[in-house]
Amino acid sequence: MPPSAPPPAHDTLAPASGETDVAAPRIERSGGDDATVVAHGSWTALAFSSRHHWGTVSQGLARTSPDAELAWDLRPIEQLDHIGAQVLWNHWRGAWPARIELDSQHKAVLEHVARFTCSAPVETQPTLADRIKSFTNNGPRAMYVARDFLAMIGQLVLDIGTLIRAPHRGPWRDLSGQLYQFGTTALPITALVGLLIGVVLAYLTSNQLRNYGAETFMVNILGLSLIRELGPVLAAVLVAGRSGSAITAQIGVMRVTEELDAMRVMGIPPGFRLVMPRVLALAIAMPLISMWTSMAALFGGMIAADLAIDLSPAYFLQALPRAVPLSNLWLALGKSAVFGILIALVACYFGMKVKPNTESLGRGTTASVVTSITVVILVDALFAVLFKGVGFR
Amino acid sequence: MIDAPAADAPRVVEILKLWTTFQSPEGEQVVHRDLDLTIRRGEVLSLVGGSGTGKTVLLRQILGLEHPARGQVTVLGQRPGQLGAKGAAKVGMLFQHGALFSAFSVLENIALPLRELKLLPDELIRDAALVKLQMVGLGPQQANKSPSDLSGGMIKRVALARALIMDPPLLLLDEPTAGLDPESADGFCDLLRSLHRELGLTVVMVTHDLDTLFDLSTRIAVLADQQVIVSGLPREVIAHPHPFIREYFLGGRGQRAMEALHDTPAGHAPAER
Repeated sequence: MPPSAPPPAHDTLAPASGETDVAAPRIERSGGDDATVVAHGSWTALAFSSRHHWGTVSQGLARTSPDAELAWDLRPIEQLDHIGAQVLWNHWRGAWPARIELDSQHKAVLEHVARFTCSAPVETQPTLADRIKSFTNNGPRAMYVARDFLAMIGQLVLDIGTLIRAPHRGPWRDLSGQLYQFGTTALPITALVGLLIGVVLAYLTSNQLRNYGAETFMVNILGLSLIRELGPVLAAVLVAGRSGSAITAQIGVMRVTEELDAMRVMGIPPGFRLVMPRVLALAIAMPLISMWTSMAALFGGMIAADLAIDLSPAYFLQALPRAVPLSNLWLALGKSAVFGILIALVACYFGMKVKPNTESLGRGTTASVVTSITVVILVDALFAVLFKGVGFR
Repeated sequence: MIDAPAADAPRVVEILKLWTTFQSPEGEQVVHRDLDLTIRRGEVLSLVGGSGTGKTVLLRQILGLEHPARGQVTVLGQRPGQLGAKGAAKVGMLFQHGALFSAFSVLENIALPLRELKLLPDELIRDAALVKLQMVGLGPQQANKSPSDLSGGMIKRVALARALIMDPPLLLLDEPTAGLDPESADGFCDLLRSLHRELGLTVVMVTHDLDTLFDLSTRIAVLADQQVIVSGLPREVIAHPHPFIREYFLGGRGQRAMEALHDTPAGHAPAER
């Protein structure tokens, strides 16, 4: 084996390849009629990463015709790496010059480059037929999604059946952990958002109501819209963004790291241990958060009404039960429970669909949040239509 | 085996009185205590040690990804992590799991450090990346695949090609042959040997693969008791009486790998080419 490159004798901390002492790569002409091209300096990626050095070399090469009967003398080159060799080889248009002199070490590098340089494989562009085919695939794909989602709901029902038959074997610790995570830790953010929305709504409506002298209807407007509609939807959107993404990422990471497969091998059904506790936790936590949000919003509205149109909090609290029938509260609670179940199911579905790579994880999380918010609003519209006769005076 | 460089070759990496500590619930945990290590140009140094002795942490400190609690690390005359945009031309790193960018194709991954210079022509960059792809033993037909379509061994090779794209003088390898089949591992050793010969690379690797260890190392540094307890030629290290070394090299697996080492003429002639 040839010995390694002879190192400089001096023992120094500053390396030969340091920033300042890269030998400038350049080419010169010499000999009779300038028939010999002599390359100097260090032809390395490090040297070429300096704009100045690369400029010198590329100008020098541009002035040197590649195919003429030139002799190349590469012996003065101090360092030649694969990038430097590639520059030369591409300049020679992929063929050895007729006359060339170089060190054996540099020759090996050049031979490597010469052997491996090839044309890049063409990327196949999809044809029109391919595009049509992939578009028509959307139909069956939607069917598969519907089928898998339905299967998940069915599995959930079966799991709940199992839980009722043998409650002592249920994943109660998981459930309480999820309740804390989805419910308790969501309280500050939902309260803040609810409060601000209540204030904004009160200020906006107060202006309009004053025009008609109907300031006292503020209680009806705030009470109905916040308790029946805005509270549950706001809370659901926040929870979808907060907990939905967390569920998808959590289950998705378990999928990427093969934890789900490990569970299956041990005979632990992922539906029973992962999906069901999350769905139940959100089904319980969501109505509570929704009420909490409505309360915060009403409080904000009450303060704003007091400030904007001198509607006293005492009157507000007295008028509220008369303005908002109790059935609205039940409707809001029921609606929120459905939102919670849907958010958890959508999030679990996308988590289970994550493929074992990181890119898919990011896409799955985004899709989960967007889908669950859309589903929440769709279902809310459905509730509005179905219960249009409930809860009004 | 690769010939060791002269004893007075310039120092590429110098670690002086290094302390690494981790905060854990039980209190401060010391991983390295007054650790000294000098790596000279042309060396192939293997870091060996039990689990949790901070081999990978040491590599990360050389890269500047982590900072020691005390002590000094000097890489190529500079503090690590201050190599700047040309860093890829100076230090190459092969991460244990490849760390390929999942958004890019194989070829784009390999070409990224060159492309980031925004200086060299596209054609040159593409050719250089294709050359590196084939040097690590993959065909050009793999160039347009995305990292998620590759097997574990292929990811490792692509990651090596990316680490090598700018032919850095210092190459750090974290478990380079873990997860490779024996043939790929041999190919990897051959590749590293030829690169070392042609470019005078300095290599620092963490490995548990005793075959690779004996095949490539010019020096082995053993980490135990929070320090480098011994560093030297493989046969010097094996002779050291520390209990960890006796267990590590003279256990069943060590014995088998050493048999290969002692059969040097027969065992190594074909691999040398």
